[in-house]
Amino acid sequence: MEADFSAVTGQHFNMAVIDLQHITRTYTSGSVAVHALRGIDFTLQAGNFVSIMGSSGSGKSTLMNILGCLDKPTEGRYLLNGTDISALKRDELAAIRNETIGFVFQNFHLLPRTSALENMELPLLYKRDPLSWKEIRQKAAEALEIVGLADRMDHTPSQLSGGQQQRVAIARALVTSPKLLLADEPTGNLDSRTSLEIIELFQRLNDEGLSILMVTQEPDIAQFANRIIILRDGLIQTDKQVQKRSAASELQTWKDESESLS
Amino acid sequence: MKLSAVPITAIKALRRNTMRTLLTALGIIIGVAAVITMVGLGQGAKSEVEEQVNRLGQNVVLVFPGARQLGGVSIGGGSANTLTVEDAHAIRDEIPEVIAASPEVRSQRVLVYGNRNWFTRIYGQSADYLQIRQWPIESGEMYTEEDVERAALVAVVGQTIVDELFEGADPIGETIRVRGLPLTVIGVLAPKGMSLMGSVQDDIVLVPYTTAFQRISGRSHAMVINVQVFNQQSMEIAQAKITDLLRERHGLAPYQEDDFTVQTQEEVAQAATETSRVMTVLLASIAGVSLLVGGIGIMNVMLVSVTERTREIGLRLSVGARGRDVMLQFLIESVILCLLGGLGGIALGAIATELIASYAGWPALFSTEAMFTAVSVSAAVGLFFGFYPAWKAARLDPIEALRRE
Ligand SMILES: Nc1ncnc2c1ncn2[C@@H]1O[C@H](COP(=O)(O)OP(=O)(O)O)[C@@H](O)[C@H]1O
Ligand SMILES: [Mg+2]
Repeated sequence: MEADFSAVTGQHFNMAVIDLQHITRTYTSGSVAVHALRGIDFTLQAGNFVSIMGSSGSGKSTLMNILGCLDKPTEGRYLLNGTDISALKRDELAAIRNETIGFVFQNFHLLPRTSALENMELPLLYKRDPLSWKEIRQKAAEALEIVGLADRMDHTPSQLSGGQQQRVAIARALVTSPKLLLADEPTGNLDSRTSLEIIELFQRLNDEGLSILMVTQEPDIAQFANRIIILRDGLIQTDKQVQKRSAASELQTWKDESESLS
Repeated sequence: MKLSAVPITAIKALRRNTMRTLLTALGIIIGVAAVITMVGLGQGAKSEVEEQVNRLGQNVVLVFPGARQLGGVSIGGGSANTLTVEDAHAIRDEIPEVIAASPEVRSQRVLVYGNRNWFTRIYGQSADYLQIRQWPIESGEMYTEEDVERAALVAVVGQTIVDELFEGADPIGETIRVRGLPLTVIGVLAPKGMSLMGSVQDDIVLVPYTTAFQRISGRSHAMVINVQVFNQQSMEIAQAKITDLLRERHGLAPYQEDDFTVQTQEEVAQAATETSRVMTVLLASIAGVSLLVGGIGIMNVMLVSVTERTREIGLRLSVGARGRDVMLQFLIESVILCLLGGLGGIALGAIATELIASYAGWPALFSTEAMFTAVSVSAAVGLFFGFYPAWKAARLDPIEALRRE
């Protein structure tokens, strides 16, 4: 009975947001074939916060690109909210990238010579149901405020530090209020205090129902998720549930400590 | 994509590379300006020719020596020597519908007055030529039939001669020389106008045709006979009668072709208009080629731009742009570039038209039709030459594009 109902509405209480079935990705440049992913299986339930770890070259970015519908697997099936991605057309994929997924690139990919605010507006301009300019401005400004860059709206990427650019990239991923956040090393360029602030933000959004997949190299950052997946040579080496640490309370401790120092 | 964002994005992109934008637009600016100027000049020439032909006078028939040329007409053409002064007299005396007929002979000569020279055209005409042309005398008087009979050494001059040879002073009674032959100026013609064609008409000396034949040109035959007919209704019958009369006088057998051509003012006008129309088309096509070259420049720059902005395209695609959004963006960018060029071209074309009209004295009309055509053509050029680069951009794969350096 329950299954019938879900087929009609397309919604299922326990449905996996992501269901990967034996995903492989082989890059062929010339005669050399690089097997970046060699068979990945996992599911992500709605509302989870997963950290993906692994040494450099283990296939983390490749996996994220496939999850973000930016790239297609060589083999295997990828179901996103129950829909087989390989069956979708270019425009349908674009719609998913615009509305369902927020993506933070490892190397930011901000529009050069364009203000932070306009970078924020970019995904909003491509919404299928166009927003008014007023709404666009408002959402863009709010997103920058959330990452603490309200006073840098008019700065172009070259006028921002690496950490600030990264926060702009995070804000841009969040500006469309996606259901799934894919972040490739989102704290890679941030000092530990700012990293903690970003993770605290992620945890807050996660509590509100956002599913998060985050690649990180730092073990202590990975601990803030409730599940850690470790990749090695294109395969999942470890996949374990962990007790999620609270970024909010650590941030509080940090604040208390720095106050006592001064 | 939000539609109002498309032109805004395009303009921002163009402004980011101001110098390149301007240089690219310059190609279109020059093309459009050339089209507008050429069409303007062509149309100016056409209207001028029409007006000039109208000013030939009313109910005028022109008789040219030589047979009618295939498919066309010969204005002032004939090198054939088939028309005599006596033919002109016969036309005037024997055809009741004709009120005046002037055998015309032209020579290009240097006039000398004191230490000044002026190269001009000397027309030998009869005493009633000004009546045929409906051209008033401004001061002094026209020579008489008696002057014609005795080949008097008198001349009536146009305004240009007064300005150039006499520096504006009153020439009546003065003597000018043509190859040593002294001519006494007895009249000044009313000026025809300010335009090139007007001043060409004012650059004239009239002398009795007898004087012209005997003392100046060395010719024995008329180059044209200007005939004035009584009224509009009699034009056709007069033409027929002139043809009959001349055939008889020239002793032509029925199987022989006319050795002269009789044309009305309308026919001459048509020929002239046709000539200037062909010229307009020719000029406009040459200008069109430069517009085409400008368009290719646009395509080149857009292709470079797509390559340079591959990462930007990748980013747009990755945050949800569809292929057609990217395509539209580049198309609009190219169209705006061309429209920019089109507007610049209109401004430049208007200035050029104005300058040529006032300095070179060449008549020019700034045509709004040419303006609208230029703008739509430049938009079309933008669409056409922007299409391929835009299509190339739209086909990119997001992750491939992002990886491109
Ligand atoms: N576009 C590509 N072409 C060829 N090989 C690639 C490409 N992208 C990544 N690779 C290779 O795939 C492997 C996994 O890369 P990547 O997913 O970027 O790893 P990570 O993000 O974990 O550092 C590496 O060996 C890398 O060299
Ligand atoms: Mg990586």
